Amino acid sequence: MKLTGAEIFIECLKREGVKTVFALPGGVVLKIFDTLHQQKDVEVILTRHEQGAGHMAEGYAKATGKAGVCLVTSGPGMTNVITALADAYMDSVPVVCFSGQVPTNLIGNDAFQEADNIGLSRPCTKYNFLVKDVNDLAATIKEAFYIATTGRPGPVLVDIPKDVSQNVAEFVYPKSVSIRGYNPTVEGNKWQIKQAAEAIMKAKKPILYVGGGVVFSGASQELLELAEMTQIPVDMTLMGLGVFPGEHPLSLGMLGMHGTYQANMAMHYSDLVIAIGARFDDRVTGKVSEFCPNAKVIHVDIDPTSIRKNIHVDIPIVGDCRTVLRELNQILRATVNGEQKDLRKPWWDQIRAWQQAHPLAYHQEKDGPIKPQQVVKRLYELTKDRDPIVATDVGQHQMWAAQYFKLARPNRWLTSGGLGTMGFGFPAAMGAQAAFRDRLVLCIAGDGSIQMNMQEMATAVISKLPVKIIILNNGFHGMVRQWQDLFYNGRYASSDLGTTPDFVKLADAYGAVGLRVKKVGDLDAILKEALATDKPVIVDVPTYPYENCYPMIPAGGCNHEMILEDPPELKMKQSGGAKVTPEDKDTVLTA
Amino acid sequence: MEHIISVTVENKFGVLSRVAGLFSGRGFNIESLSVAPTLDPSMSQMTIVTSGDERIIEQIVKQLNKLIDVIKVVDLNETEFVSRETAIIKVHTKDVDRAEALRIVDIFRANVIDSTPTTYTIEVSGDPKKIEAIINLLQPLGIKELVRTGRVAVAREPVRQAAVQAKKIARE
Repeated sequence: MKLTGAEIFIECLKREGVKTVFALPGGVVLKIFDTLHQQKDVEVILTRHEQGAGHMAEGYAKATGKAGVCLVTSGPGMTNVITALADAYMDSVPVVCFSGQVPTNLIGNDAFQEADNIGLSRPCTKYNFLVKDVNDLAATIKEAFYIATTGRPGPVLVDIPKDVSQNVAEFVYPKSVSIRGYNPTVEGNKWQIKQAAEAIMKAKKPILYVGGGVVFSGASQELLELAEMTQIPVDMTLMGLGVFPGEHPLSLGMLGMHGTYQANMAMHYSDLVIAIGARFDDRVTGKVSEFCPNAKVIHVDIDPTSIRKNIHVDIPIVGDCRTVLRELNQILRATVNGEQKDLRKPWWDQIRAWQQAHPLAYHQEKDGPIKPQQVVKRLYELTKDRDPIVATDVGQHQMWAAQYFKLARPNRWLTSGGLGTMGFGFPAAMGAQAAFRDRLVLCIAGDGSIQMNMQEMATAVISKLPVKIIILNNGFHGMVRQWQDLFYNGRYASSDLGTTPDFVKLADAYGAVGLRVKKVGDLDAILKEALATDKPVIVDVPTYPYENCYPMIPAGGCNHEMILEDPPELKMKQSGGAKVTPEDKDTVLTA
Repeated sequence: MEHIISVTVENKFGVLSRVAGLFSGRGFNIESLSVAPTLDPSMSQMTIVTSGDERIIEQIVKQLNKLIDVIKVVDLNETEFVSRETAIIKVHTKDVDRAEALRIVDIFRANVIDSTPTTYTIEVSGDPKKIEAIINLLQPLGIKELVRTGRVAVAREPVRQAAVQAKKIARE
């Protein structure tokens, strides 16, 4: 049967199991939109900006583990979605983006809304295709989904010229894909895995350092088994949060620049780092030359380029985290003799001592300004039984969310790690909500970052995506302000937002619900009200503007040298004397 | 240290820019790059001359392998290899210089491939040192134009293996 390119496009999506497309139309993709309009299998969520469409596809992908799909027009549509593609590339999110292109006979002529989509997206996609002939369309889409979701996942762009979507061709969907230059290694080298098992058995102070790769390979069960069997503490990266239960006694929480004291100390003083699906980002290693000075390193990753890119690795294992962990567990099961707990006792005593010395802490005065950590903590406690999906933007609020929202399962945490894209959270939350209409989806945002994709509120209202946005409103680009306080003598260059909009009225203007927490005593009641609402909600929480996020390892600093609280001169300045004292023990909350 | 990397890629549009973009995007060095189709017209062979310490070269090889259009990557420095480069040099030649130019051409086993009353166009091929040497000698005459192909290289067959093969052929 002969179909138009647009019909082929939809048939392909159906065969890939795509239910939702995040899209914004334009001249050269009208044929595709027209065809989408006349069917019911694939839902179109009309976004208000292409960046939103891209992040929604990411949120959808992160929450479901399947490829997220977005569709944009040529020229500005394409350039707008670039940020989301770059974000997905850094964080290995399987996204397939379809872009319209001017008709093939006009390509290169500086036609209206023409852009070199292939050239623009090359450095921020795993691969990209320009389809020049409608006869190639189906096979190309099949390859695009295959590349996006296999190996180390990532975004793939398919550029479809207008005439290709209009022309007709016989529809044949290939059953399988074979690309001679693309054969990801799934099975780990057996000898290396044996070496790793031996190193684990020998180690006195081992640590598991796990990241987003474990989430994407679906290996959280295997990880849990490994950790419990060997009694090895678990450090999670920002991208890995949720892959190991946050409240599990073996979890030390997040490591890195704003990681917990115990997570960073355990990493620094370990004698064996077992890195799984993590890539030794500079936010984790700190000063590379002094990173884990006494440790051997095992590194499991599906992407060979991640291994030995930043630090030396003693036992590299290229392969899928889940496959490798299964094999590793099998070997260890035969060797582990149940004495692991005793064997690890000195190491755990040390870790518990670190934990007790510097737990995550903040002061919330009863009648004082609302502390952002308190908001996240209460939100967590009020919602944990509902197994929520949590999205964040980028900045202080993101780090507090990472520290205090202890997720129990993977695919619940939507955050922009590698690229650090402000404005990511809200659309990502909507993408997850579109995949799971009945689930509770939260977006913890800052007053700065929420404004970067605020326009999507219209999408949330019209497409009935009842995301709950909690804005930790401090009137600043808070993380920037924190750096300025610590490293730029407190000169707030362009970090003071001056006036922020009235978010309650803004929500109202969009037809959503706006709520404001005026004092800390009202926090629970307002949060509960928001959670009980079946519409999109903005909860505006004005918080103490000068709160800083600790622990903190200054960029390029060494991991065991954390700043744990405001330096004395900063404390003086911010309290305008001495308002908060450590003696206020009854108000000290620890998490 | 200088490395010559041989890369087999898909022969389709945009592949060169993917490879070049990888080098520029990650700040890797690229001294020369030559590319042409292989016997199988669906593939092209690239020879890339680059430099860096061990860690960087390892990353270059891995990153090249990661490109979906790259089929095979060989760091030739890990084996024995032979490499050649061709230069075409247009030299000013007046009166006595013409004879001098021809003598140099002769010494380097180069060829004159075009001639006008005032110029010779010389083709020379060899390792980079030889090319440098002939350029140095021709420079006093006045080089009008100079183009170089960049190096192409191929791994040498292991001698023992070749000997075994020769025996086998002889027996047959």
